[in-house]
Amino acid sequence: MSHVPLLALDIGWGWTLLVKVGVVAAIIPLGALILGYVFLLKMMSHMQSRLGPMDPGGYHGWFQLIGDGLKFIQKEDVMPTMADRRVFALAPAVVLVSTFLIFVVIPAGPDLVVRDLDVGVFFALAVSSLSVVGVLMAGWSSANKYALLGALRSAGQLIAYELPLLLAVVGVVVMAGTLNLQGIVTAQQDGEIFGFGGFGNPFVLTQIVGFLLFLVAAQAELNQTPFDMPVAESELLGGFMVEYTGFRFLFFFLGEFGTAFAFAALAATLFLGGWAVPWVHGDAANVLGPLVLFAKTMAVAFLMFWVRFTYPRLREDQLQALAWKYLIPLALANIAVTGVIKVAV
Amino acid sequence: MSTTGPRAPLPEVEVDPAAMRHLAEAQMNLELDTGDMILNIGPQHPATHGTLRLVARLDGERVISADPVIGYMHRGYEKLTEFRSYPQVTTLINRIDWLSSFANEVPFVSAAEQLMDIEAPPRAQYIRTILTELSRIATFILFLGEMGLQVGALTPAFYGFRDREYVLNLIEGATGGRFHPNFNRIGGLKDDLPWGWVAETRTVMAKILESCDDFEDLVAGNEIFQTRAKGIGIIPPDVGSAYGVSGSNLRASGVDWDLRRDGPPYLVYPELDFKVWTHGDGDSFARYWVRLQETRESALMVLQMLDRIPEGPVMTKVPRIIKVPEGEIWVETENPLGQMGYYVVSKGALGPFRTKIRSASFSNVSILPWLLRGTYVPDLVTILASLYFILGDIDR
Repeated sequence: MSHVPLLALDIGWGWTLLVKVGVVAAIIPLGALILGYVFLLKMMSHMQSRLGPMDPGGYHGWFQLIGDGLKFIQKEDVMPTMADRRVFALAPAVVLVSTFLIFVVIPAGPDLVVRDLDVGVFFALAVSSLSVVGVLMAGWSSANKYALLGALRSAGQLIAYELPLLLAVVGVVVMAGTLNLQGIVTAQQDGEIFGFGGFGNPFVLTQIVGFLLFLVAAQAELNQTPFDMPVAESELLGGFMVEYTGFRFLFFFLGEFGTAFAFAALAATLFLGGWAVPWVHGDAANVLGPLVLFAKTMAVAFLMFWVRFTYPRLREDQLQALAWKYLIPLALANIAVTGVIKVAV
Repeated sequence: MSTTGPRAPLPEVEVDPAAMRHLAEAQMNLELDTGDMILNIGPQHPATHGTLRLVARLDGERVISADPVIGYMHRGYEKLTEFRSYPQVTTLINRIDWLSSFANEVPFVSAAEQLMDIEAPPRAQYIRTILTELSRIATFILFLGEMGLQVGALTPAFYGFRDREYVLNLIEGATGGRFHPNFNRIGGLKDDLPWGWVAETRTVMAKILESCDDFEDLVAGNEIFQTRAKGIGIIPPDVGSAYGVSGSNLRASGVDWDLRRDGPPYLVYPELDFKVWTHGDGDSFARYWVRLQETRESALMVLQMLDRIPEGPVMTKVPRIIKVPEGEIWVETENPLGQMGYYVVSKGALGPFRTKIRSASFSNVSILPWLLRGTYVPDLVTILASLYFILGDIDR
């Protein structure tokens, strides 16, 4: 480790923190926007054999999402009469903050990480489940029965799917021997698969069950089809979001795509090696890292959204049965097998 | 007066165990004070295809009772027909079931023709049958996608709309109207088919058959869809018949009854070779499956008719001013949504004296209170989608 860290600018911790926060605050909405653009507008419209918005901005309607955002900003801020005003106003912010916090620990290069926590994985998964607090707040304070049903479904779903999500990651942690995300990336870059170290050890190969479990559980965490019972637009009309308009709705929307982006990035870091490219170390990795991470994130996001646009949704009880009867036992078995192999090899 | 003899024993009352369980549950709810929530589904709700309102009493997510409230779209067509002349009425009845407007016109025009004792020429009969089947395909192909949307899959809905557009283009090509053709005339049709229409229809039918296979893979073959639809909203054949459910909904319950084959012969159906599909289960999946097969069957029927369509005029001789002689008649046909009938009473005037419209959806939704009791809210949506009603067809 002889290289000079890029971000070790000697301008005092306060300024460094401010720079980091600024970068994160700029990147996430941008990432969510790109994700929303590429997948929601373009990929979805191609899959559904339609054009989608093509005119705004000239080229393939790239301006549409920005235009939508501007539209939301100038909308009237409608609040239901019976709503709990303060909670109602705060709920979208809670959801968005939980999204932002995930990015704090995701490394984009050897030195490009906001906070290199030793319990990174734990932190990321813990703050991601904060969003359900916001959802419950939104559902309860809207004073709307549809919103309440949606919020309660969301809470029930989160409890069920948090477990397989965590258990799926435990396999990775056992393999890497650390909870630190940076350490997990390094373990994948420098690892070997049964003695062959040609391209490191991306855990998607050795932890394929964990990867699939993680994707399924993440889909449920994100309230995406086939687990979008909480927002089920054909029965609950958007669930907890039903009373939200304008800017606050935009917050939820941004939160939705931001969280999808975050989980995709997390999956890319845990299973696809994050920023790591085989044989690239040091400053080169600092430059290449963000691009590599972004590419891997998009690849995972493609999978997630592909499923989202294809499948119908499960019913609430079927969804719970899937989590408790299949995913959790499978995740436990995966941990056991991983442990045995880790000790034996 | 005191009783001396032995008391007569109390009459034996047969207790329905299900009712007893229900009572016990009600008692428990009373003791635990788990109040019911009344959820107003509609009149503005995407699952109700328009303005149906369901007042559902929920215990958690379980529906204790659901009462449909109809009439938000009542336009009084039965009364309006009394103030229109016969040729004008088709414009109104077009709008009863707006997804298959052409099929609505047929029974009324046929009623007037039978009262006047005239008959449309064979070519007109063939074209009428083709257009009726096309409107059936247009209605069902939309359903095949729409049902996917209601259980959460977004993509099939767009496929449904896309495929329906092919068929609507055909209908527009022949009649000039996409939704409300108003193409039937008493004694025939307004126009002959345009040039090249037959060849175009053959191509589109091939596409429809192909996309039926797609729907079979994408929706009916999907395991999640099957878990959502199988065993949900079972209509036993006797209950269905008792409520007056008709069409594919009844055939999905195993009742082998199709007016095209079993009713009084109309159009050219007696000459056609087609299969009436039934399914024994009577659940939402069965209704989806039956409609899928019927879409295929309709496409095959259209292809058959295109091969046989005779040459000739499309209009018989009718008087310039149409007056229907005195009499009354009941004409019923198998429309996409079920049995559709008109009872027309004529007093020899320019328009009908009285018209009674029997529309399929009105009877089909009358089973809802029976069917929805004890289901869950997500299943409620599945059931509503699988019954497939059109609000215009309920409220008229």
